[in-house]
Amino acid sequence: MSTKYSVTIDGKTVEAGPKQTILDVCKTAGVDIMTLCYLEGVSNVGACRLCLVEVEGTQKLLPACTTTVAPNQKIQTNTDKLKQYRKMTLELFFSERNHICSVCVANNNCQLQNLAREAGVDHIRFPYIFPEAHTDASHKEFMMDHNRCILCTRCVRVCDEVEGAHTWDVMGRGYQSRIISDFDQPWGDSSTCTSCGKCVEVCPVGALWPKDAMLGHLKKSPEMVTELVHKRKHRS
Amino acid sequence: MSHAFNTLDQVTAVPPKDDSRIRRITTEINRHHKRPDALIEVLHVVQDLYGYIPLNLMTFVSREMKVPPSRVYGVATFYHFFSLRPKGEHNCIICMGTACFVKGARNVLEKIETDFQVQPGETTQDGKLGLQTARCFGCCGMAPVVVLDTDILAKVTPENIVGTLQEKIGNNK
Ligand code: SF4
Ligand code: SF4
Ligand code: FES
Ligand code: FES
Repeated sequence: MSTKYSVTIDGKTVEAGPKQTILDVCKTAGVDIMTLCYLEGVSNVGACRLCLVEVEGTQKLLPACTTTVAPNQKIQTNTDKLKQYRKMTLELFFSERNHICSVCVANNNCQLQNLAREAGVDHIRFPYIFPEAHTDASHKEFMMDHNRCILCTRCVRVCDEVEGAHTWDVMGRGYQSRIISDFDQPWGDSSTCTSCGKCVEVCPVGALWPKDAMLGHLKKSPEMVTELVHKRKHRS
Repeated sequence: MSHAFNTLDQVTAVPPKDDSRIRRITTEINRHHKRPDALIEVLHVVQDLYGYIPLNLMTFVSREMKVPPSRVYGVATFYHFFSLRPKGEHNCIICMGTACFVKGARNVLEKIETDFQVQPGETTQDGKLGLQTARCFGCCGMAPVVVLDTDILAKVTPENIVGTLQEKIGNNK
């Protein structure tokens, strides 16, 4: 028997069940939390660190998407400290690779851009790194530009967990990490890709896009994948 | 911005049938009942036998263990211990397995160490020769065995190995 218990979110007492993540509980309670790598329907990895919350009794900030709630936990989601960190994290995303919105296919349809606007990011306080990154146009339908990839691994998880192809993975480590298809081969040479396009739909930025998309007119629907997962659950 | 992608040819090259090291890898995979979580152990064996992890053997491991290609490549590039390229321009791996040891592999190794001023796991100063040791290539009947690049040398002696190596290194100036 699963037992319900209560936790406090921003001073409000809400009901929670075991195994629920802090993010799940916040959603049910109508508390908005900024997320980026999170995608309903696939596993949570805690890659982007935007959903960090404060929990009474621990110094560490915890990612809401991968932390399960505990009875009587007191959670803060919107303190000044958290707002600062969120802004900083967003700026770090912009400073790492090459995010020049005005020439990006995802301009006005980019989750990173939206979140930055929401958090009030108006300039980047960190030096730009611009590591050498490449573009891959070898797939017949889709493009990949590593200059805009934020390593959220949504594409990796969707391709593995929903499509079952596991074309993508991450190579290397730290700032040299890169998304790869198969053995770091051109995407068009991939023997595993089914060209289903799910990775393209869920990529939150302009790193993956269909070749026929026009600049500034890109529409993506990550919800499509979430719905697909729900529909498949109902079949079995 | 060009990127040196790995090519289909590199990835699909079929390892030679008579390379006994393939059997050693298969044995290791079976020892773990093909469990995908034994990937790291299996890659260790590949690196031991080849001095690095050749791309076509990643394909082999990926197929045999049913681990997706990108996962194999991701793991192989995450750990600094693994190397994807041979260390030297030419590479020499001395088998120190029981059979080869008994047949005098130690003397072969020592001869190379002194004549070429190189230690196992390293390359000569000019980068021409990489030296490595391994435990059993799976062809003990040929002991002591030395693998030089893609050639498997049988019944090696301290006397004949130096000439063979010098010829190899000199050939590719
Ligand atoms: S198109 Fe489909 S199969 Fe191909 S990489 Fe994307 S999600 Fe995977
Ligand atoms: S390509 Fe897109 S979905 Fe994949 S890791 Fe990069 S930003 Fe995320
Ligand atoms: S949404 Fe939780 S770490 Fe990215
Ligand atoms: S001990 Fe050297 S090949 Fe078996």
